[in-house]
Amino acid sequence: MAYAGGVDVGSTQTKAVIINEKLEIVGRALTDTGSNVTVAAENAFNEAIRNADIHEEEEGVEFIVGTGYGRYKVTFGDAQTTEISCHGRGAVHMFPGTRTVVDMGGQDTKAIRVAETGEILDFVMNDKCAAGTGRFLGAAASALGVPLGELGGVALKSSRPVKISTTCTVFADGEILSLIGKGKKVEDVLLGVHQSVVSRALSLMRRVGIEKEVTFTGGVANNIGMVTVLNQELGFDVNVSSDSHYMGALGAALFAMDRIMASRKGQHGMAEVK
Amino acid sequence: MSTTTSNLSQGAAATKDKSSIIGRGNKEGNQLFRDWFQELTTAPQRGEHSAYVFVMGSMAEVLQSFGIHTIFPEVNGLQTAVRHVADDYIAQGEDYGFSTDVCGYVKADVGLQLRGGDHPMGKIPKPSLAVYTNACNTYLKWAEIWERMYNMPSVTIDVPGSRAAGRHTWSGHVDFENDLKYVRGQIDELITVCEQVTGKKFDIDRLRETMHYSNVMLERYERLVELNKAVPAPYNAVTDGTVYLGVANGFRGRAEGAQYFTDLVEEMEYKVANKIGTTFEEKYRLVFVGVPCYPIFRRFNEMFTEWGGAFVGSSYMWFASGGANTGFQYDLDNPMDSLAEGLLVTTRDAMDTMFFSNRNIVDNIEPYKIDGVVYHPIKSCRTVSTGLADNRRAVIDESGAATLFIESDHMDKRVVSEAQMKNRIDAFFEGLATRKVREGR
Repeated sequence: MAYAGGVDVGSTQTKAVIINEKLEIVGRALTDTGSNVTVAAENAFNEAIRNADIHEEEEGVEFIVGTGYGRYKVTFGDAQTTEISCHGRGAVHMFPGTRTVVDMGGQDTKAIRVAETGEILDFVMNDKCAAGTGRFLGAAASALGVPLGELGGVALKSSRPVKISTTCTVFADGEILSLIGKGKKVEDVLLGVHQSVVSRALSLMRRVGIEKEVTFTGGVANNIGMVTVLNQELGFDVNVSSDSHYMGALGAALFAMDRIMASRKGQHGMAEVK
Repeated sequence: MSTTTSNLSQGAAATKDKSSIIGRGNKEGNQLFRDWFQELTTAPQRGEHSAYVFVMGSMAEVLQSFGIHTIFPEVNGLQTAVRHVADDYIAQGEDYGFSTDVCGYVKADVGLQLRGGDHPMGKIPKPSLAVYTNACNTYLKWAEIWERMYNMPSVTIDVPGSRAAGRHTWSGHVDFENDLKYVRGQIDELITVCEQVTGKKFDIDRLRETMHYSNVMLERYERLVELNKAVPAPYNAVTDGTVYLGVANGFRGRAEGAQYFTDLVEEMEYKVANKIGTTFEEKYRLVFVGVPCYPIFRRFNEMFTEWGGAFVGSSYMWFASGGANTGFQYDLDNPMDSLAEGLLVTTRDAMDTMFFSNRNIVDNIEPYKIDGVVYHPIKSCRTVSTGLADNRRAVIDESGAATLFIESDHMDKRVVSEAQMKNRIDAFFEGLATRKVREGR
């Protein structure tokens, strides 16, 4: 049995996935990226190996692809691919009907249009500003003292969302505390925050063209508030997997498996992998 | 004064091994550029006048006929960025009171003026006058700064004609003739100002001479642009193109400029005939839309060449040459009207390549065998950047071309994020690679 690995080193968290020849996820791991990117990548990968319960000496991972901002720091990896290609590939693998992917991470939001093969047809990302990304939700959670994991649930209790006029992450504290100071409820502010972030994401998605099915990937896809608001705004339900957070790492592992299979057939391998 | 090209040598390497001419264009272009700045540095010592002008409608032919040096503040600005000192100049402009939103060229120029013209390439003289068109609305406000600093005249040439893409009128049409009269009247006013500034009488034969040199340059420039249809492309339209643009602007209306482009075309024709490309293996042919990222100019280009991405076309080579790509030819038997017509047609074209570049891009995809279109809107210039997102959409809808949209700046490193840029560029090439595999290319 051949195994392939994908390591997605994001700005906030590092994810690793191990897949087998049947393209099933057999191991996964998640760790904070922190200041030492290489160590974070190694930790995540080693943890994924343990999680997969495979023995490196006997049946090792034959090929590893690094992705994410820190992809070139995956020093034990064999190749690198951008997370844009990886999220597209992972999303189509998980939900074959996917034609649009929205990926929300710690500092990036990406809208990706994909073909049924997983080929990236078009993509756009937020620019240098972190407005409309997971970072803004994190800033709101911090300002309001709500644990990140509970953010969406609290927001969905609201029936009167507050319109948030700025999505500037730097000014988030001031903006949010000012609203609380005016007597607005925490849940109303939070729903407003979610709507504001979704609005930015929709703008990106419209730029590539929204085509069903839409798959929501990245760490922010774990936020039930974001999924609910996105569904409401789109008028249909997006695909969300319990492995959404690992979609980039999964895509990387799939590209790695392509290489293994191509090598067995004596082919050069996938063009996406540099 | 001859009005033919016979007084220009037909290529310096006509009788020797031509392989030695490879690289000549960049070498001589850079040397001409240094000579030009040296000439500007010493101009005040010789009591010579200088005019601050812009790349779209510089009126170089008129100014050169009076012996007035042309100084391009835009070129001064980009040189500070390429030499990694723009931040200092921009900071000085901001300290003076300009907002971070204002064009980086303007703020760097203000910094330059506050330093008495001290520039990495030499010392930039104070202007005796400024000449500018309405091709960029910032030009007008920019010239007001010099008016106040130096109490010198500025001449605005209002060029009409950008009514809609592909709906221009031409000679003989009543609208065109009215536009022509309007522009001609303004050129007459410019000549009066030049006479007042220099104390010299206008010499129409000297004007014919400068226009002749421009004719040679424009004809060669058009040919140069077309030569990049070859596979592999003989030059990089962004990096090499910037060298050519420097000469096209700084030496317009001059014998050196005409000779340079004659030699350059000879070099490129030789490269095309011998299938010689640039310095790397060309895998993807790209067209660039916008203004280059000068603060990390070399690295910016490397991020494409690492993947074998060759810029075979660039809207910058169209509009920043003042429409030289049109190859417009002046009628030396009727110089004044022809000068007005040239200004009208080329400035209009330069503006259109910014405002309606989707048409130009789509039309060029097949002849230039374009694999992808790279859009680079810049934060500090809304004139060249507004609408590029829609432009991209239009190009995709019409041609199905692969596109890349990256934002940064041509001057201000604070808004250049190399890591984000590389991520997008890598993803773009990953997509191009997949597309090539799918299409069996």
